[in-house]
Amino acid sequence: MGCVNNRIKTSKYNILTFLPVNLFEQFQRVANAYFLFLLILQLIPEISSLSWFTTIVPLMVVFTITAVKDATDDCVSICSKLPLQSLQQSILQNEKWMNVKPGDVIKLENNTFVAADLLLLSSSEPHGLCYIETAELDGETNLKVRQALPVTSELGPDIRRLAEFDGVVVCEPPNNKLDKFTGVLFWKDNRYSLNNEKVLLRGCVLRNTDWCFGMVIFAGPDTKLMQNSGRTKFKRTSIDRLMNTLALWIFGFLVCMGIILAIGNSIWEHQVGAHFRIYLFWNEVVNSSVFSGFLTFWSYIIILNSVVPISLYVSVEVIRLGHSYFINWDRKMYCPQKDTPAEVRTTTLNEELGQIEYIFSDKTGTITQNIMTFNKCSINGKTYGKSVFINVLPKTVPVDFSFNPLADRKFQFYDHSLIESIKLGDAMVHEFFRLLSLCHTVMSEEKNAGELIYQVQSPDEGALVTAARNFGFIFKSRTPETITVEEMGKLVTYQLLAILDFNNIRKRMSVIVQTPDGQIKLYCKGADTILFERLHPSNEELMSLTSDHLEEFAGEGLRTLALAYKNLTEEHFKEWFKILQEANTSVDSRNDYLAAAYEEIEKDMMLLGATAIEDKLQEGVTETIASLSLANIKIWVLTGDKQETAMNIGYSCHMLTDTMNEIFIVASHTGMEVREELREYFALQALALEGDLENEFVEVACMCKTVICCRVTPLQKAQVVELVKKHRKAVTLAIGDGANDISMIKSAHIGIGISGEEGMQAVLASDYSFAQFRYLKRLLLVHGRWSYFRMCKFLCYFFYKNFAFTLVHFWFGFFCGFSAQTVYDQWFITLFNIVYASLPVLAMGLFDQDVNEQNSMDYAKLYEPGQLNLLFNKRKFFICIAHGLYTSFALFFIPYGAFYNTAGEDGKHIADYQSFAVTVATSLVIVVSVQIALDTSYWTAINRFFILGSIAVYFAILFTMHSDGIFVIFPNHFPFVGNARNSLSQISVWLVILLTTVVSVMPVITFQFLKEDLNPTLTDQVWLNLIMKQKPLQNYMRRVYRTNSRRSAYAFSHQEGFGELITSGKNIHISQYNYFILLKSGAFLKNC
Amino acid sequence: MYYGLSNFYQNHRRYVKSRDDSQLNGDNSSLLNPSKECEPYRTSENKPIAPCGAIANSMFNDTLELFHIDNETRIPITLNKKGIAWWTDKNVKFRNPFGTTNNLTALFQGTTKPVNWPKPVYMLDSEQDNNGFINEDFIVWMRTAALPTFRKLYRLIERKNNLQPTLQAGKYSLDITYNYPVYSFDGRKRMILSTISWMGGKNPFLGIAYITVGSICFFLGVVLLVIHHKYGNRNNSADIPN
Repeated sequence: MGCVNNRIKTSKYNILTFLPVNLFEQFQRVANAYFLFLLILQLIPEISSLSWFTTIVPLMVVFTITAVKDATDDCVSICSKLPLQSLQQSILQNEKWMNVKPGDVIKLENNTFVAADLLLLSSSEPHGLCYIETAELDGETNLKVRQALPVTSELGPDIRRLAEFDGVVVCEPPNNKLDKFTGVLFWKDNRYSLNNEKVLLRGCVLRNTDWCFGMVIFAGPDTKLMQNSGRTKFKRTSIDRLMNTLALWIFGFLVCMGIILAIGNSIWEHQVGAHFRIYLFWNEVVNSSVFSGFLTFWSYIIILNSVVPISLYVSVEVIRLGHSYFINWDRKMYCPQKDTPAEVRTTTLNEELGQIEYIFSDKTGTITQNIMTFNKCSINGKTYGKSVFINVLPKTVPVDFSFNPLADRKFQFYDHSLIESIKLGDAMVHEFFRLLSLCHTVMSEEKNAGELIYQVQSPDEGALVTAARNFGFIFKSRTPETITVEEMGKLVTYQLLAILDFNNIRKRMSVIVQTPDGQIKLYCKGADTILFERLHPSNEELMSLTSDHLEEFAGEGLRTLALAYKNLTEEHFKEWFKILQEANTSVDSRNDYLAAAYEEIEKDMMLLGATAIEDKLQEGVTETIASLSLANIKIWVLTGDKQETAMNIGYSCHMLTDTMNEIFIVASHTGMEVREELREYFALQALALEGDLENEFVEVACMCKTVICCRVTPLQKAQVVELVKKHRKAVTLAIGDGANDISMIKSAHIGIGISGEEGMQAVLASDYSFAQFRYLKRLLLVHGRWSYFRMCKFLCYFFYKNFAFTLVHFWFGFFCGFSAQTVYDQWFITLFNIVYASLPVLAMGLFDQDVNEQNSMDYAKLYEPGQLNLLFNKRKFFICIAHGLYTSFALFFIPYGAFYNTAGEDGKHIADYQSFAVTVATSLVIVVSVQIALDTSYWTAINRFFILGSIAVYFAILFTMHSDGIFVIFPNHFPFVGNARNSLSQISVWLVILLTTVVSVMPVITFQFLKEDLNPTLTDQVWLNLIMKQKPLQNYMRRVYRTNSRRSAYAFSHQEGFGELITSGKNIHISQYNYFILLKSGAFLKNC
Repeated sequence: MYYGLSNFYQNHRRYVKSRDDSQLNGDNSSLLNPSKECEPYRTSENKPIAPCGAIANSMFNDTLELFHIDNETRIPITLNKKGIAWWTDKNVKFRNPFGTTNNLTALFQGTTKPVNWPKPVYMLDSEQDNNGFINEDFIVWMRTAALPTFRKLYRLIERKNNLQPTLQAGKYSLDITYNYPVYSFDGRKRMILSTISWMGGKNPFLGIAYITVGSICFFLGVVLLVIHHKYGNRNNSADIPN
């Protein structure tokens, strides 16, 4: 195994290499290489139709801006790298995380991330047990147990012996299977086989374990987490791709024009030029009309190259950078609790945010907070607890738990009648909470008096036990045989006779306990559907009442569990216990026997009631999802969690509603079965479909309103995203917070990382990051939409402007013998795109908005043009081109007509080439300024300043360049001396400019007017609404108070196996209990 | 009084750049070593050409004279040859070479005349302030036209007083000393007499264009007004879907 260290390098440059490397990279871009080629062409005197400076000046400007941007980007990536590096892990000597190599032995402490894939050697817990939370890895919220090999767990905390550990691990090559590991450890001439249970994977968090030691097996990119995270791809937006296609088209167009003009030149030289030789000789090198045409082709390529403007790419980059800063600076996306602003990590994707069609979201940590709260309950046919929606009102006072010194202060409950019932001693209520305090697999730890800490395997159980604790039934401690509970202030110790463990098929768990007065009781909690089948017939009435309540809870999106108990006689229990023992000792199909035995006792139970736990959503999730679906964005939830849990979240955030008559669950395991199920669904929809499974899946899934995928591995998440990308050609966005989301964040068009409490891995892989899911709405509906809108407007205008600017040369070609004579002054050509016409369009690209942010948020439908790609597509492009063509036509032929037979006011002629150039250039600057003023829909001071400023700067530069002083210094470079003064003092010149402007702009105004009147878009209406100062329509989402739901809202994120751990006593601390007993029961476990 | 030429490509790229502005600005080093742009009219008989280049070489050199025929007698009309060039051209852009002497012949020593010219540049006119590079006919020619059909100011005919027109009704005769060949390239020569108003010379294009565009605008305005009244209100904010 190669020694790969834990570091991943991300920055490109250092100070010394910056200039050469950056220049090299810039010339690698096709566009820049193309401009370099043009520059070389211009140095050939026979071809050169423009001076060299017309290309080199813009090229220098572009290079400088790009270099500055690259430098800042690189700085940012260096800065963002820092937190990763400075994380320290205590190894035998302190070492930085990034220096960890395979073979190192490292120590981990409680609540820290596992830094690499480790072989667990020993831990603070008995038997080398250690608990990990794998939410970052697979999204499951319950704890998992890992156990070291007995031989290595003996090493304990002895650093000297650990340092001498010289075992050799032979294992599989790095792969991405999270639930499988095979390997062999050779140590001290022995061979120990290793499996997944002995391994801690990078990305897990150590819980309930003070410390543990492990040997690094895989580090850095070899770890399973990193293997799962997929390749990093260079992301480009669809506009980018379109732009490249269009650039090619334009280039083709350019070549066509060049050919037309070159042919024209050949013909002209042959027909006309040949007779004109007395005044205009050939150059020495040029001696045939065909060759002249060939040279003219290149000359025209140089002149007309501004249709593929060099400043396009750099302007686009600048605009995107600006939009990124707007997102970074947005105070409404700043989370004060976590002190994290939104951050744009990839600055080149902004406009894609306005085109999202599919959102793939992680569940845990993204949609939910992963906090469970005991919210409501139904006891003996009576509900307690206020609705989750009402408790938002500030007036309701939470229940005062001060009577209970051990109460958890964070727990809040809003129904005082429950506490009344408890104080009144309602037997059923007491039994209810007794059940909650007894029937679980929680471990407790009393650090100081009155400070009770529960170690929970699943947050649901934690919530239930904590609720019982606050209502006065405090679970204090447990041994393998007893459970001690403080019931309303007095300590009671129950004998724990059996734990009938939870699993996903049984969907329930039970405990059998003996009360101090000898009564044997079975307490059971589980899914209502399962439990209701096993109730005593006398419960009929209560059952229907409770199921009504359950429906109500389900309607609110709460996760429910039904509770029941059963009194057992001693004989009955003993009889049954025998069956259990037999089942336990049976060698094969032990699980089947156990299940049968459990089934035997869990019947004829008495219903107690039901609990409703709220899986707390992140703030504003429901509204966000509702508005995003209004915006026609489809949201898919991809989670590693169980189906029930995932569906429940679907309901609680209103992605699934009860009005959806058909919830379609594909749960088969093999490809064929899935195919069958999908087919069935198609039959239902009366749709026939051929093709492969992938296609069918996507077809079905895209027809659905909501898709929730559960039990998906990180890699599968990415595959789902890829699938949609491939088959739907849609723009996708993935959002997640954990390491298990990295793969999908990377493979989606846009990846968003939620910067959560812990773990920055998703953020580091993402393109955007912010603190809470709800900011997604603002990011997409406001920033994304604006960004797209602005970028499209910018591109339209930019192409228009350049065509209007450049094609004048084309028309002029017909009147100057196709000689590649420019219409404008060379300085004007140099400066037009970088000075006169760049800033106003930049300002529009940065600040323009069609409707304000409030309306963008309120009318989510406004988002749709982006998804349908309406604002800039090939059709729009051709419209812009046609507009530019028309303008150039007007720009050339109106002055042409006017100058054909004209004389100045004083009789001096003004129809000379230079005056013509000044007139056309001035008209052009004014026309494009007027056009951008018409296009701008949101005026800021900067827009005004730039537009007026550009015109002012144009005249200032014009008069400077045409002044006497500059001519005297460089007579060869500024031959236009005195021209501005002479031309612009003529009234007729101004009349020409005015006429040109009106003619250029008039059709555009007409079309816009007609469009707004006859076929207004939603944007127009909203805008009009705003202008009319009407009261904004009430468009806010109303919360739906749904009443009943005919479905089971059962969900319980729990895992099998903890019951056995408890009865065997394996996870109970040595310090508290007799080591001898534990060893015995440990041996018992091995036998099974 | 203008002379006009048609089919003459003064705006051809090779023609336009075939000049040396520093030479014309009186720079002594450029005078003896003209810019390469002037090729092939840069040197002749191993001497630098002054003024060099194709533009200067092809200068219009017909002479036009106008006579009023009054009772069989030809009265020549006074044609003013000064004041036909722009002030900036005459005073800034074009300057004779600078030297110790005022004698142009000496100043242009070492240069030769353009190939097509009958006489050197310092013999264009007898008057000192209209000779050499600052000869106004020369300056006017050097200001190249934008289009292949163009006219250039040739002479001014001043109005003597406000009571009678500049040129009275009657018979006139035009004498042309024909030097300038245009047949080879199918060119045409014209002589134009035009009266100057506040808008310059007579030029119907702008007027027609303004009337046309104005009518179109008015028509469009009316049509749009009608359309707006008919359809505009129906979409007002009544039904914004969401």
